[in-house]
Amino acid sequence: MFFDRTSSIVVIALFACAVAGYFIPDWIMNQLMFGFARALAVLGLLVLWRTGLISFGHAFYFGLGAYTVALLDINLGVSDVFLRLVGAVLVSGVIGWIVGFVLRNYRDIFFAMLSLALSMVLYGIIVKTEALGSTDGFSISAPTFFGFAPDGKYPLFVFICVVCAICAVAVQMYLNSTLGWMTTAIRDNEVRVEYLGLSVANAVHVKYVLSAVLAGAAGCLMAMALGQVDPDSMVNWTASGELVFITILSGPGSVIAPFIGSVVFELLRTYAFEWAPHAWQLIVGGTLLTIILFLPGGVWSVIEKVVGKKS
Amino acid sequence: MLTKKLIRGVGLAAVSAIAISGGAAQAQDATKQDTIKIAVAAFLSGGAAGPFGVPGRNGAELVIDAINAGKLPAPYAAKGFGGATAEGIFFDESGGATKQVAEYRNLVQKRGVNVVIGYVGSGNCIALSPVADELKTLTIFSTCGTPRIFEESPRSYVFRSMSHATADNIAAAHYVADKFPNLKGYTGINQNYSWGQDSWRDFDLTLQTRNSSAKASEKLQFPKIFAGQYGTEISALSLDKSELVHSSFWGGDLEAFVIQGGARGLFKKKTAVLTVGGAASYRLGKRMPDNIILGDRGPYGILVRDRKTALNTWFINAFKDRYGTYPSGPAYHYAQSILATKVAYDKAAASAGMAPTQEQVVAALKGATFESFSTTVDMALGNGHQAITEAAYGITRYNNEAGEPALTDVKFFPAKCVMPPDGVTSVDWIKGGMKGATCS
Amino acid sequence: METFITNLLNGLQYSSYLVIVSVGLTIIFGVMKILNVAHGSFYAWGAYTSAFFIGKFSDMGWPDAFGFVIIFASAIAVGLVLGFIIERGLLRFMYGRDEVVIILATFGLFLVLEDVILLVFGVDPYFAYQPMAYLESVEVGGITRDVYGLSLILVSTLVAAGCWYGLNRTKWGNILKAVIFDREMSVSMGINVPMVYTVTFIGGTALGALGGAYIAPTVSVAPGLGGEVIVLSFAVVVIGGMGSIPGALIGSILIGLLRAISVHEFPQIELFVIFAVMAVVLVFRPEGLFAPAKVRKI
Repeated sequence: MFFDRTSSIVVIALFACAVAGYFIPDWIMNQLMFGFARALAVLGLLVLWRTGLISFGHAFYFGLGAYTVALLDINLGVSDVFLRLVGAVLVSGVIGWIVGFVLRNYRDIFFAMLSLALSMVLYGIIVKTEALGSTDGFSISAPTFFGFAPDGKYPLFVFICVVCAICAVAVQMYLNSTLGWMTTAIRDNEVRVEYLGLSVANAVHVKYVLSAVLAGAAGCLMAMALGQVDPDSMVNWTASGELVFITILSGPGSVIAPFIGSVVFELLRTYAFEWAPHAWQLIVGGTLLTIILFLPGGVWSVIEKVVGKKS
Repeated sequence: MLTKKLIRGVGLAAVSAIAISGGAAQAQDATKQDTIKIAVAAFLSGGAAGPFGVPGRNGAELVIDAINAGKLPAPYAAKGFGGATAEGIFFDESGGATKQVAEYRNLVQKRGVNVVIGYVGSGNCIALSPVADELKTLTIFSTCGTPRIFEESPRSYVFRSMSHATADNIAAAHYVADKFPNLKGYTGINQNYSWGQDSWRDFDLTLQTRNSSAKASEKLQFPKIFAGQYGTEISALSLDKSELVHSSFWGGDLEAFVIQGGARGLFKKKTAVLTVGGAASYRLGKRMPDNIILGDRGPYGILVRDRKTALNTWFINAFKDRYGTYPSGPAYHYAQSILATKVAYDKAAASAGMAPTQEQVVAALKGATFESFSTTVDMALGNGHQAITEAAYGITRYNNEAGEPALTDVKFFPAKCVMPPDGVTSVDWIKGGMKGATCS
Repeated sequence: METFITNLLNGLQYSSYLVIVSVGLTIIFGVMKILNVAHGSFYAWGAYTSAFFIGKFSDMGWPDAFGFVIIFASAIAVGLVLGFIIERGLLRFMYGRDEVVIILATFGLFLVLEDVILLVFGVDPYFAYQPMAYLESVEVGGITRDVYGLSLILVSTLVAAGCWYGLNRTKWGNILKAVIFDREMSVSMGINVPMVYTVTFIGGTALGALGGAYIAPTVSVAPGLGGEVIVLSFAVVVIGGMGSIPGALIGSILIGLLRAISVHEFPQIELFVIFAVMAVVLVFRPEGLFAPAKVRKI
């Protein structure tokens, strides 16, 4: 029962995207690539959100992942996608694990604010340090695969699809495990969970590390997809806000939701920017308000309704 | 059931996407003959929009329209870009380098842009250079100044139609060394990114070679770009022993700094060198204090208002007619990039005998020399991709009779005096004593 | 000694600006439990409105000193118009939702308001230097300072004192405290809580706008003004204790002084230090230095 229907849909859909990526025009592939990369961070936020926790500083791990790639590239010349991904996951995982000891005791607005403070500390350090590229950030060299340097972005796109599929299935498995079932239980009543003989703090810690790793991986993939890292669009509080926004847009319903939500966000932003260069923030912000007011289940609830009714 | 539906959906999406893109590609081929699309990046929001983005955008728009109509003075009177009419797409440069990279990809891959010009932020230019080469699209940077773009690695499709920051700061140091031979100390306030860091470094190194008895302060200020409030920094500068303050601030930051510093008497106590002050002097008018050493990223804007060449007179009058103000530095910078585009397309079209390809246009612009509105542009560095031009500085003195800002003691420095020869990085060149510089 | 006085004045001046903005933020949070990201936009709206009208009136030949009237008038106008519309038209439908979801809603609002500013006022920056020019400058601690900047300290002291007086010495203050302490109980005591919410939000908005309106003459009022302020005032409010007015005061002074000293001695750590303090306070005293008393509910 671990590999359930949702998992197979994710795998098949991402496989279809990976194949389609060869035929579709580059700009659509780019949008999908950015969308999927960011979706991993959203997936991490979704795990937290199901417990009732919202982090307003997840750009902290997103940025850590992205900057790990940049620093590995610039200082050690590491261009291999696997090494970069492992590096980003290790850095964000270890730091997430250490920070988790403090954050696992925090809830609600305090959790949100402490996350925000941490991400702004990192932002403050990067922005003022020339060795870390300050406001400019860094350009990143094109990724290689086991020493093989392909032309074009398609191989990276396939790689991102594969990583996304693996992560989505892993998260789905986790949510179906005992630890995962505690997710909603903790949100509903922590005291009762403790009475069942389970440690709430430990469960939250695991979720936190999981979400940190996912955000770190997302940052790593995003950095490679863009070929660029910079603090304002990757570490600043607005970047964290964007991630939470996509989480709300996607809805907590399923591990598939973040992927759809992120791509919708990417398209929304692109078209808003194209049609109304002076008012794209208005369109994005207006969408956010509309969703909070009228569509608390996010885009996923619409899909569920449409697809669910027919079948 | 759900699975099947989703797979079908994804398949459908993919097929329709292919159909759309096929249509787009066809449309592009059909229009390639007589029109080209020029995307112009300029700050349209944020603090830099008023002083930089809008004049830059206007300069580009004015010249694109004039070229389409064949209204430029000789030698550019021929209509169009190699005969093709240009459509300008103006878009916002703000939001950070990462967003700009995504936007750039959209412009080229989705909207089929042929040429991208503009960009003021050095961070944006650094980030976009590799992308432009990857997407093989002619990209001409208008204003951004960091020398790193061509010094770090060679570029194929990227050009810059003006000198980089080294010219501004070497010229500034020469000007200071000539005017204040007895200077004892100097300090600086610059932004915390490549533009600010490089500017200070070049100025500091050059002044050291010219006047080794002057000492740089130990407490240099590098506030965050777009910070807006400099009260604390102004106090720190006021308490500093140095007599001279160097700043490469630009846009809203510079205007805020001048207003706040003026109210605090900073510019009465210290001599200020503002390497990008030209645009601000027009906008602030009387609020710009007198006796400031002012540059405008080269021989542009207020520094060349009295140059009476046919091109310059046309530009100043046409700009004033259409937008109601004098063209400031950024207007010149952007106009110059459009002119470079025309030069490249005309040359490539003449030798190709038909609508030129990207590669032919790029080859035509490489190493070209052309007469721009206010000066001569020579694509001499970075293997023919980086322009060198003269540099210029003057001292502010408000003209009360005419009611407009003006400069005295304007001095022009030849291109070969302030820019390194090809193949040598700015820092190495300055440290090596600026060998081969011809300054008179 | 010179450095000490300079640092102190710089710090206090910066603190004062933070105080005005953060007091509004913390009052709104205390009463309504809304951590309002759009507060940054209120700041920007205040700045734009006052800069716009100072320019207009100055063009019509009114004396420079009239600028001070405009500053306060714009703050009140922005508070009444924006505060009323947003509370009645939007936030009203969100009460009872998760605190964090409401933060996000105000983030959406922030994005919308940023662009509405652009649509209303255009992209060109505004200069409203007249009030600053009117007050001239003075020599303190060996350097010249503008009196206008120093007057900020006076204004913020008045604002803080006014808030303290209003909260502790008036009937309205007692009602507010009752609502802060226990909303349900206040309703059962016959307090018109929706009305209290509206008035509080208008007041908080006006304070945010006043911060912007008073700073406007010293900066070039340009788009993007609000984004920087909001995280800073979040830090202030969190350090002081969310919902506590003395907390906002202490938080502002702490951050103002720390920033002044770091800009002087170690310019590199200026940004880092503010948020590091915020994180440390959250770790060791999550409720903030001056946490308002909390009722334990069963």
